[in-house]
Amino acid sequence: MPSSRPDRASDEGPSCAVSARRLNKTFIAGGRSIKAVDDLSVDIKPRAITGLVGPDGAGKTTFMRMILGLLAPDGGEITVFGRDVADDSGEVQANAGYMPQRFGLYEDLSVLENMELYGDLKGLSRDMRKARYEGLFKMSGLAPFTLRLAGRLSGGMKQKLGLICTLLSSPRLLVLDEPTVGVDPLSRRELWAIVDHMVEREEMTVILSTAYLDEAERCSDVILMHEGRLIRQAGPKDFTDMVAGQSFMVTAPSLGKRALRQRLSGVKGVIDSTIQADGVRLVVQKGMDPAASVPGVCPQASVSPVPARFEDAFVFLVRQKETPVSADSMTHDAGFDVPAASNAANGVIEVDIPAAGCQPEGTPALDDLHDVIVVKGLERWFGGFCAVKKVSFSVKKGEIFGLLGANGAGKSTTFRMLCGLLPPSGGHLEVAAEDLRNAPARARAKIGYMAQKFSLYVNLTVAQNLEFFAGAYNLKGIQKKERIDWALREFELEPYKDTTSNDLPLGYKQRLALAAALMHGPQILFLDEPTSGVDPIARREFWTRINVLAESGVTVLVTTHFMEEAEYCDRLVIMAQGEVLAMGVPDELKARYLPDVPHVTMEDVFISILEGRGA
Amino acid sequence: MRIDHARLFALIKKETLQIIRDPSSIAIAIGLPVVLLFIFGYGVSLDAKHVPVGVVADNPGAETADFVSGLRQSEYFEPIGFGSMAEAQEALMKGDVNSVIWMKSDFGRKIRGNGASIGVFVNGVDANTARLIEGYLTGVWGQWLKRRAVMSFGTDAGQGAVLESRIWFNPDVRSRNYLVPGLIAVIMTLTGALLTAMVVAREWERGTMEALMSTPVTIGEILAGKVIPYFVLGMGGMGLSVVMAVYLFNVPFHGSYIVLFIASSLYLLAALGMGLLISTFARSQFVAGQVAIIATYLPAFILSGFIFDIRSMPLPIRILTHVIPARYFVSILQTVFSAGDVYPVILSNTMALIVIASFFMGIVAIKSKKRLR
Repeated sequence: MPSSRPDRASDEGPSCAVSARRLNKTFIAGGRSIKAVDDLSVDIKPRAITGLVGPDGAGKTTFMRMILGLLAPDGGEITVFGRDVADDSGEVQANAGYMPQRFGLYEDLSVLENMELYGDLKGLSRDMRKARYEGLFKMSGLAPFTLRLAGRLSGGMKQKLGLICTLLSSPRLLVLDEPTVGVDPLSRRELWAIVDHMVEREEMTVILSTAYLDEAERCSDVILMHEGRLIRQAGPKDFTDMVAGQSFMVTAPSLGKRALRQRLSGVKGVIDSTIQADGVRLVVQKGMDPAASVPGVCPQASVSPVPARFEDAFVFLVRQKETPVSADSMTHDAGFDVPAASNAANGVIEVDIPAAGCQPEGTPALDDLHDVIVVKGLERWFGGFCAVKKVSFSVKKGEIFGLLGANGAGKSTTFRMLCGLLPPSGGHLEVAAEDLRNAPARARAKIGYMAQKFSLYVNLTVAQNLEFFAGAYNLKGIQKKERIDWALREFELEPYKDTTSNDLPLGYKQRLALAAALMHGPQILFLDEPTSGVDPIARREFWTRINVLAESGVTVLVTTHFMEEAEYCDRLVIMAQGEVLAMGVPDELKARYLPDVPHVTMEDVFISILEGRGA
Repeated sequence: MRIDHARLFALIKKETLQIIRDPSSIAIAIGLPVVLLFIFGYGVSLDAKHVPVGVVADNPGAETADFVSGLRQSEYFEPIGFGSMAEAQEALMKGDVNSVIWMKSDFGRKIRGNGASIGVFVNGVDANTARLIEGYLTGVWGQWLKRRAVMSFGTDAGQGAVLESRIWFNPDVRSRNYLVPGLIAVIMTLTGALLTAMVVAREWERGTMEALMSTPVTIGEILAGKVIPYFVLGMGGMGLSVVMAVYLFNVPFHGSYIVLFIASSLYLLAALGMGLLISTFARSQFVAGQVAIIATYLPAFILSGFIFDIRSMPLPIRILTHVIPARYFVSILQTVFSAGDVYPVILSNTMALIVIASFFMGIVAIKSKKRLR
């Protein structure tokens, strides 16, 4: 134990709810030690919402667990309301509410039984219960479902139940670990309303981690972490101020959004480019004027400055810290300390992805092409439960087609039927001109499938995984070797060739999974939640690759619960509870549902559709 | 360890609801025991009864007929006549008969003299049954000779000493009478170790353990909240097994229920201790289940003396059985059922169970921390 304890809680007084000093935590996994939290010192303000953001593996969950005394730090100390967590974890836990990533609910207990359990465990007195239950049920809208088993609730309802269980005893400190992941936007909005209410009315201190960077803007204080270290702690406005004047929106209606992004990302000084609403959003280096340099690559484009978002600052700061993966993926600009992003992340990929079996063509207008996927009245029942109800859509060749919806909307079930992994209960299905019911094997040879969680063999190395998948797709001899070499080269996996895939960073696992799905040069690529759990930077890079694939004529079907990713799709369907709520081109949907709002996001559209149905 | 009654009660209530609603708990705690009891009560028998025996008499006569009727009277054999040794051998090869008795052509003459013998061929593929048949045949042969002597001379004095055997504790020599009591140990291992290890692992898998640990519950409450419901469930399974054994399978019960209750409680605590110990390191249901089956269930089956006699095992294995708690419990069970309260046996085995149960529970109490890894 350290003999002296500098700056004890007393001199920070009530001005700080949680205080961490030189916190360290190392995990040993597979013979390698990983610094989950590295010399972290932060103070968290009371009666406010503090957001914990950072890429995957930044140490957010570890830090939260240490705040609650669920993990012992290897070094450093941490106090909660002046109490040392190491000495007094019981007292800290009595004053805190914690919602872990999977909500911590007992699925075979009813809503009320879950509430009773946590009420008992937190010592909520009997006479207070009735009023508290009523208040929380009302706030969460769970009152009609008190007798339903928690396992039968939708994702959004589970999340709200998890939250109100932690709120039962009016804790002084509320800790939420990624409370909104995979939940539909409407439920996210409702959750935020509850949390805001708690801070206001009950003066709670809230710490929450999030993968949605727009949520960071709703916090009063943001802690940005990367690889266990603190990068910056400030108000969200300070973050955006840092990159003020560096964000622009470029539109060029005559050019496709994807093609525009491809061109813009090559411009010197561009740090980040994303497709958003009706154009491409750029973050550029300080002092650069895109109005001057953009016409060089795209004369017809119009450039207008837009207010900076938190995400801009995030990308800016994290790229600054990122260690280069390979020497040539970093370009150093003299006189400026922000390295431009890795080429791939920024949208520059020189790829030749030979889509075997696909005739090479340019990018003709979509309408000229024939449908490669036809779905009519597709249905799937699981016992008495209808997971997919009368779904119909068709996808054209070379299109990026999105299935959007929250967890449990029926996206994955639809997908599995399209891939021939699950027989439909009814309806017609045609993939690559094959009827899946009669010729599933022939149809499957034409498709690539990347399952949720990447479905890699975690004990095999990168090369062994590629070898296996090439074999599984019946590639032999020279052809097999060529494809493996191609995958290692195109996906920049060469340096990781002999790394066990379990030890890869998540973004690389994703690349490897994509490479494996492309081994046989499929005509159609199915991607099931490809970006779930992957940080924004890896997500950008992933979409760049998908764009390139689509340009080369591969048809891409993708499911996602990130609404902003809808912008990358040519067309999409929005699903909820097994039904298609809306279908169309993103811009059309925006115009149809929210015609009067400028720069509408897909999330706004989704919410307005859900609300329209509820009303 | 501090225990708050309201919190403990809440945990027990939660666990009970989960047991009732989860079909897999019910299957392991009630379904599997019933299936095992039926298999061992009705299906599996280690006895040799109504064994088909081929009989070849080269020269049939009054004496051979008399011996065959002696065989027929025995409940162990089902004699089948064959005309020649060649036919009988073929039947033995086909498996139609398990053994062949050959009475040569001079059998009648010799038996009236003084040196008759029979030829016996036993199919030795199943060594256990072969040995039983051999023994029983020798017995039948001896009895027949004795009876003849009494009939012809009015006394058996001429035959010298004759073995008179009495079988104690299981006079009917029914294997069911010792298999079914031993099975209770196996059944309690299922609930105590396998089910408990798996339900704790399930809490880790589903993230509920993390949520529990963030509340003010103490680790003592979490452990007691698991031990108490599964103790009740395990004792219920024991009660059900005893009732089925006594009333359905007519297994005699000579001891006292109080001894059975105490011994079962101790064994169940040891099994729960093993289950909870497994769950301190196995955090997925798959691993927990595999470890529990290999470390607790299979030893209770194979190394406890339930089916295989420990005394006939090789020395290293025999030493190993001393760390298998089921060994002591099986010994108590078989004693209590078949022989009654034989205190020297019961006390020494109970002491062993106390030591093992405290050992495992002690380790669990030390190893369990209210911490994640």
